[in-house]
Amino acid sequence: MRFAKTIGLALAAVLAAGGALAQDKSWKTIRIATEGAYAPYNFMGPDGKLQGFEVDLAAELCKRMDAKCEVIAQDWDGIIPALQAGKYDAIMAGMNITDKRREVIDFSRNYTRESNGLGAELAGPLGKLPDGDVRIDLSTETPESKAVIERLRTALKGKTIGVQVSTIHANFAERYLKGAAEIREYKTTEQHDLDLLAGRIDGIFASNASERATFEKPDFKGYGLVGPKFVGGVFGGGVGVGVRKGDPELRDKFTAAINAMLADGTLKTLALKWFKVDTTPQG
Amino acid sequence: MDPVFMGETFVTLLGGLPLTLKLAGSAVACGGLLALALAAMRLSGSLLLSAPAQAFVFVFRGTPLLVQIFLIYYGLGQFRPVLQEWGIWWFFRDAYWCALLALALNTAAYASEIVRGAVLSVPHGQVEAARACGMGPVTRFRRIVAPIALRQGLPAYSNEIVSMVKATSLASVITLMEVTFLAQKLISQTFRAIEIFVCAGAIYLLLNIVVTRLVVLLEYRLSPHLRAAPREPASAEAAHA
Amino acid sequence: MNSLALMGFGPGGWGGAMVAAAGTTLLLAVLGFSAGAVFGTLAAWARIAGPLPVRLLADGYTTLLRGIPDLLIIYLFYFGGSVALSAIGQAFGAQGFIGMPALATGTIAIGVISGAYQAEVYRGAFGAVPRGQIEAGRSVGMGRLLLFRRIVAPQVLRYAVPGLGNVWQLVLKESALVSVTGLVELLRQSQIGAGSTREPFPFYITAAILYLCITTVSTWGFGRLEARTLRGERRA
Repeated sequence: MRFAKTIGLALAAVLAAGGALAQDKSWKTIRIATEGAYAPYNFMGPDGKLQGFEVDLAAELCKRMDAKCEVIAQDWDGIIPALQAGKYDAIMAGMNITDKRREVIDFSRNYTRESNGLGAELAGPLGKLPDGDVRIDLSTETPESKAVIERLRTALKGKTIGVQVSTIHANFAERYLKGAAEIREYKTTEQHDLDLLAGRIDGIFASNASERATFEKPDFKGYGLVGPKFVGGVFGGGVGVGVRKGDPELRDKFTAAINAMLADGTLKTLALKWFKVDTTPQG
Repeated sequence: MDPVFMGETFVTLLGGLPLTLKLAGSAVACGGLLALALAAMRLSGSLLLSAPAQAFVFVFRGTPLLVQIFLIYYGLGQFRPVLQEWGIWWFFRDAYWCALLALALNTAAYASEIVRGAVLSVPHGQVEAARACGMGPVTRFRRIVAPIALRQGLPAYSNEIVSMVKATSLASVITLMEVTFLAQKLISQTFRAIEIFVCAGAIYLLLNIVVTRLVVLLEYRLSPHLRAAPREPASAEAAHA
Repeated sequence: MNSLALMGFGPGGWGGAMVAAAGTTLLLAVLGFSAGAVFGTLAAWARIAGPLPVRLLADGYTTLLRGIPDLLIIYLFYFGGSVALSAIGQAFGAQGFIGMPALATGTIAIGVISGAYQAEVYRGAFGAVPRGQIEAGRSVGMGRLLLFRRIVAPQVLRYAVPGLGNVWQLVLKESALVSVTGLVELLRQSQIGAGSTREPFPFYITAAILYLCITTVSTWGFGRLEARTLRGERRA
């Protein structure tokens, strides 16, 4: 018995020394992970501090939930395993609500919904892609959507397209572009942006909001959105807050707070500030 | 832990093994040649030759490989127009060549020190004896210095090969789909980090055990004089004569 | 913006952040190296004098750690550490998850990795302590602890200095891999800057130079230490 007690004490000392925190379930403090490399959703400023739409949103949501929040940066490819490993309690990282992710984690209601598509050099090989003003909803397959995708595949033959690993965009590329374009997977969108600029890839496939934010930078003069825009289907049901399956109270708290922000227009104001367009989910 | 899942993971990860082997093999080969050149420069006795070699070793041993990879891939990517003008952009455009360059330069820096140490460990008396027998520098190197240095340097060099095999995992950060990249991708699809990393670790461990064994075997072949004499070598020789 | 202004210390400059990150790198390396000294000493003791099962365990530890890429080991500690801690915590009645700060994860991971290398260094150094001295100590009636403190440890440390210098360089470079856990050390800071400004070259070259500065200073330091510890030795 004494042995167990000693071990327990030693462990407590180790935990205290490591600054470890055991989370209680009253949600007075919430740790939120973001990527910090996905402007304008979340990114790092020169002062090394996180900024962006989701950082502002998290602050506002936490105020409404009466909780103290800490937003931390976490690499995208480990963001779900680390949530499950208890590194933090929620994910706000431009993560779309998809069925595949729903199998392992839970989501609040969505707080943005926006279109996705290709970005490339306007004077380059992908500058003259067809269907530039077409917006396709992939949740139902129509003859029109099939024709658009077929035209896109033909135009992308032999080209190299960059996507971020394990995103809805990678899923889209895998499902609709495989066999036509060569797909290169990057750890962050910033890295595929750099390779687009270096000419290692011909185009990127990402969310239109993040592409717009990238192409605003002076280095990217002459780059822009090309080809058709897509929503629905593999792109899921918009961006939401991810939480562990075992924390339904936390999920409901986030959903209630988002609903309140939608109702009084603060979500729209925030969206206009960071995205320049209204990305709030309709209905 | 789920044995079926582990089995499937293992098979998936093995898909990255050819690239891992290709990277490690090419890096060791290219880096080894460069290491010989660097060691020769260091041992030349001319400051003009040895100073640049020393600087090279200092820089590549003093900075993390990961930084070197990022610098070569993303850093030099910024200078596309210049590199295109020089006609070498095709090389830096490809992630594979960038990773190989970083790995080869890195291993060359470490291996050149091993080669230098091995050559310096050759007993001076043996070199003198060779000279006394009238051997020229080339013969002396081929018959005396090289064989002794090879045996001396082999154990340390086997460590260097093992660390190259391990270092190929860093190529995953620049989109190369070797074992570690596949592991990370699988994790982001299945979200089961620990099982997958254990599988990936096992693959590298097995690979390194094979590498170490092979070098030990080579060492054994190269040092017959240290083994107990075979039973009747004399009669066998006699039969041939 | 030209790269000099980019690395400046004024507003919008990343110089301050880079220097601070170099400090984190140094701190992480020192902590990891110290943790490694503990693991290494234990493993070396186990391999020299431990009972058979402990010795096999220590053998397995050094083989395993030296055969698996460090990146994988860091990932394993990162994802596995919290799970293990939480399981232990729950066994003692704590609720929910127990987080582990990135610095602690990095320290333990580097400690475990460098411990495997340090064990070899200590073992080699122990082999260099003349047996006669240990026997002499024993014959004048020294206990094991006293023998260790007065005879073995001072000499092992002396012979271990050059080897430890190599391990230190290794640790310093390994600390760059901890960037994958999100700890903002030198490499992570460079990645953040490169991504944010889309100017990778100035950041990575600055990082490389800062690493070189740290290695240069510490190589010099270890050289001094070596000279000092060997001042009682006869020169060849």
